Amino acid sequence: MLSRELIIGVTFAYLAVLFALAWYAERAGSRGQKLASHPWIYALSLAVYCTAWTFYGSVGRAASNGMEFMAIYVGPCLIAPLWWVVMRKIIRISKVMNISSIADFISSRYGKSANLGAMVTIFCLIGILPYVSLQLQGITNSLEVLQFSAGESSSQNFSIFSDPGFYMALGLAAFTILFGTRDLDATSRHDGLVLAVAFESIFKLVAFLAIGVFVSFFLFDGLPDIFSKASESGLSHLFVFTGESGASDWFWMGILSMMAVLFLPRQFQMGVIENTSEKHLDTAMWLFPLYLLLINVFVLPIALAGLMIFENQPVNADTFVLAIPSEFGKSGLALFGYLGGFAAATSMIIVSAISLSTMVSTNLLMPVLVANTKFQQRIQARLPKILIWGRRFTILGIILLAYFYFRALGNFYSLVSTGLISFVAIAQLTPSIVGGIFWKQGSKSGAILGLLVGMLLWSFTLIVPTLVEAGYLGRAILSDGLFGIDWLRPQALLGMTGLSAVSHGLVFSLFPNVFLYILISLLSKQSSREHNQAILFVDIFNHGKNPDRSIVWKGQASLPDIKSLLENFLGEKKTKKALQEFSESTGRDPESDGFADPELVNYSQRLLAGVIGAASARILVDSVVKAEEISLDELLDILKETQEIKSLNLELKSKSKALKKASERLSLANEALKLNDMLKDEFISTVTHEMKTPITSIRAFSEILLDENLDEGDKRRFLQIIIDETGRMTRLIDQVLDLERFDSGKQKLNMQKSDLASLVIETGESMTQVFTEKGLKFSVDLNFEQLEMLVDTDRIRQVILNLLSNASKFASSKVILSAFENDDDLILEVKDDGNGIPDEEIPYIFDKFYQAKNQTSKKPIGSGLGLAISKKIIDYHGGTILLGREGEMTVFSVILPKQVMAILNLNAQTIDE
Amino acid sequence: MNKILIVDDEPNILLSLEFLFKKEGFQVLIARDGEEALEIIEDQIPEVVILDIMMPKVDGYQVCSHVKSHHPETRVIFLSAKSKIKDMQKGLDLGADLYLTKPFSTKEIIAQVKSILN
Repeated sequence: MLSRELIIGVTFAYLAVLFALAWYAERAGSRGQKLASHPWIYALSLAVYCTAWTFYGSVGRAASNGMEFMAIYVGPCLIAPLWWVVMRKIIRISKVMNISSIADFISSRYGKSANLGAMVTIFCLIGILPYVSLQLQGITNSLEVLQFSAGESSSQNFSIFSDPGFYMALGLAAFTILFGTRDLDATSRHDGLVLAVAFESIFKLVAFLAIGVFVSFFLFDGLPDIFSKASESGLSHLFVFTGESGASDWFWMGILSMMAVLFLPRQFQMGVIENTSEKHLDTAMWLFPLYLLLINVFVLPIALAGLMIFENQPVNADTFVLAIPSEFGKSGLALFGYLGGFAAATSMIIVSAISLSTMVSTNLLMPVLVANTKFQQRIQARLPKILIWGRRFTILGIILLAYFYFRALGNFYSLVSTGLISFVAIAQLTPSIVGGIFWKQGSKSGAILGLLVGMLLWSFTLIVPTLVEAGYLGRAILSDGLFGIDWLRPQALLGMTGLSAVSHGLVFSLFPNVFLYILISLLSKQSSREHNQAILFVDIFNHGKNPDRSIVWKGQASLPDIKSLLENFLGEKKTKKALQEFSESTGRDPESDGFADPELVNYSQRLLAGVIGAASARILVDSVVKAEEISLDELLDILKETQEIKSLNLELKSKSKALKKASERLSLANEALKLNDMLKDEFISTVTHEMKTPITSIRAFSEILLDENLDEGDKRRFLQIIIDETGRMTRLIDQVLDLERFDSGKQKLNMQKSDLASLVIETGESMTQVFTEKGLKFSVDLNFEQLEMLVDTDRIRQVILNLLSNASKFASSKVILSAFENDDDLILEVKDDGNGIPDEEIPYIFDKFYQAKNQTSKKPIGSGLGLAISKKIIDYHGGTILLGREGEMTVFSVILPKQVMAILNLNAQTIDE
Repeated sequence: MNKILIVDDEPNILLSLEFLFKKEGFQVLIARDGEEALEIIEDQIPEVVILDIMMPKVDGYQVCSHVKSHHPETRVIFLSAKSKIKDMQKGLDLGADLYLTKPFSTKEIIAQVKSILN
């Protein structure tokens, strides 16, 4: 047996080593050597997850429930690959927003709500305090185990001041205060602390492995030997899976531990706040699960060995780790084991105390102090002192409270169940955190209500039974339910039995929590600040580089006000540096105009948040800033604006392109107009010229008739010429006017339903005489008997006559007029076997006054306007007129759509001409 | 008997001028286009040519150039509906003796032809 003095002496010696290590790391850190910034240190510091519960409690659990203890280690291993998604995002958000604790994280996400921060802090205190308390109890119990041989137990009750546990608690508080509150900035890293925690992780692992090796290879002949002997002793139910060994409990424990390993305040402190590089996650993702595997390898063998060694002796299985080496006289090994357990407990206590004290000071104390503006202004200068001492006293308070808690209440529950109840409490934070980083719509009201109801149900299902066990409440509530209502039994809500108490508590607290969070978020409207924070959190990888510009805020503050606020909490040196960094990164010097723009105000708020929490920083900054209330709609507008400016830019670009195109089109149109003008001039001069021809003849013959004594024959002949030429002139004038009306769009078609078959045949017949006179063969050919179409009959007749009359001038022996229909069109063709029109002239044949040069008659009869007018008429009918060749024949084809469109867009046509 | 060639693609104008100059005792030759005119000129060498400008195939200007380079003694009178100064200038630059515009006065044209021949 070891003497009490020796044990206590060794314990304090261990603490001294821890102090020295931490102090050395801090010193090295201040010289710029970052001992603690190594991925392995980071991964090992995460092993703060393994507490006295792991060290002692797992063995106890395994001795009664077999493999079940493993569930809460399997969960973290399974979730580890997901860290890259969840943890990385949380780390990024926390670094960008200067977040100092999990309460601050939630408060910041939901509009920097002070209420929510306070709520989470209180929940964490309630949830974690008993857990810290149990760690102290674990230390005290282990101390007893070492002092007394197996089976004995201390019946004596120490007074507080003679209890070594009390002094150890004070020692831990001193360590925590010294290395955890050196800096007012709660987001700054605690190098000494991290290194100490990593050291403790190695220490507890080595200690546990040493005992495991001793038990397995010195007391037994290896692991197979333990298992076979255990089978003989009838213990195989502990390591053989049977069908009913509670698969659903395994499942719920796994889920529970997944949440715990991420969101327990101490895990958040080590994994997020103390993280120096997101890359360290890569190592942690495999090293941390490996650590969990190693520390669990010997749990079952030790439990089985203990059960066999202490058969029929009243030895608490939670103490097997120390009791076995003691039993075999290996007091040195037992002492090593004790220190391992001490290490496991202390690292948990230290880190939990720091994270809880940060929460209490920034999310409970500060918001209360700064809530009243007048009061805040009076104490502002002293606030930093108040804050850091508040934090120190909180640490002391938490550790002492935990100490008194276990002295008053302890021993009713095992290490493991208290730990699990804590886990369930922390699990309540999951919806608001996970929802908060992936779902923009998650709202403050949803988070508050979900948390509140989750915690209420947690208390009812898990705390009420504890109180009953401790004798503070009557048993009736457990057996008969609240108010005697059967389905309100705390451990069988809605009559649900069959789950373990913890799984039951988890299911009945977490699901209503999640449900309410989602439902209320969907129903409630976020404030602009909430929405702003939601966007920053969810889209942190987009906004993270420029968080101050991503926060929409209207208003202005005087620079001296902001500066004095910063100097108060950060000190003059840091403030100067921070402002310098600001002007370097933005390129603006705030000193120049004496006003702090929104970006600087946001920046200051972020800096302060690291010291006093997001909510308090907001309240403090608001007190010196003349902010204008900004509505959610305005916020959305402003956020949209950025988007709109981008799209506006694009639009401008495309507009200028369009403008360029339009100006190109305009210059083309201008060219066309000029050409049109020229054509018009030419047209007029041609018309004048063409008119002079008949006038010349008329004048000449009139003068001849006036002067000469002519014989009757000549007289009649010359008079006939004058009449003919007058007719020619009339026709010319008519056609010019026609063409002018078509050109200017004034021409109206007189559309009427008529039978195209008879129109074609009649028109053809009217020309028969002409062809006969010229000795030409003429035939009319139709592939339909009747075809009703909407056309201007006179105009179509005019076109056919024009084409036939042209053909009569060129044909050498025959002319064919044919008409046939297809599904959509009527096609009229006039063919002649003349020489055709030379290729080079084809483009011009529909121009005004075009006259082919190879006509058979010496002088063409006609004005040269016929084809031009024909084209216009067909255009007006929505059809086309074409010239082609078919074997030896020249073919003019007119294609008229059966569904005649009204005359469209005449102006465009005029320009196209 | 003076030999006169009248070139025009308009049959009625040809007819009126042929009638007038025959009556005045001219030996009248006619051509309906530039090509025909050139053949007749080479064949008959008229003393005066009354020449339209706008004609198919070979226009009046070309005929005038030909006449002035091969038969400088032959007089050329343009008779055209083109009444712009620049058209007249062009015709006279090619060596034409006179430029008359359509419609013309029958008395004037006979007087002009006679005066040119004297």
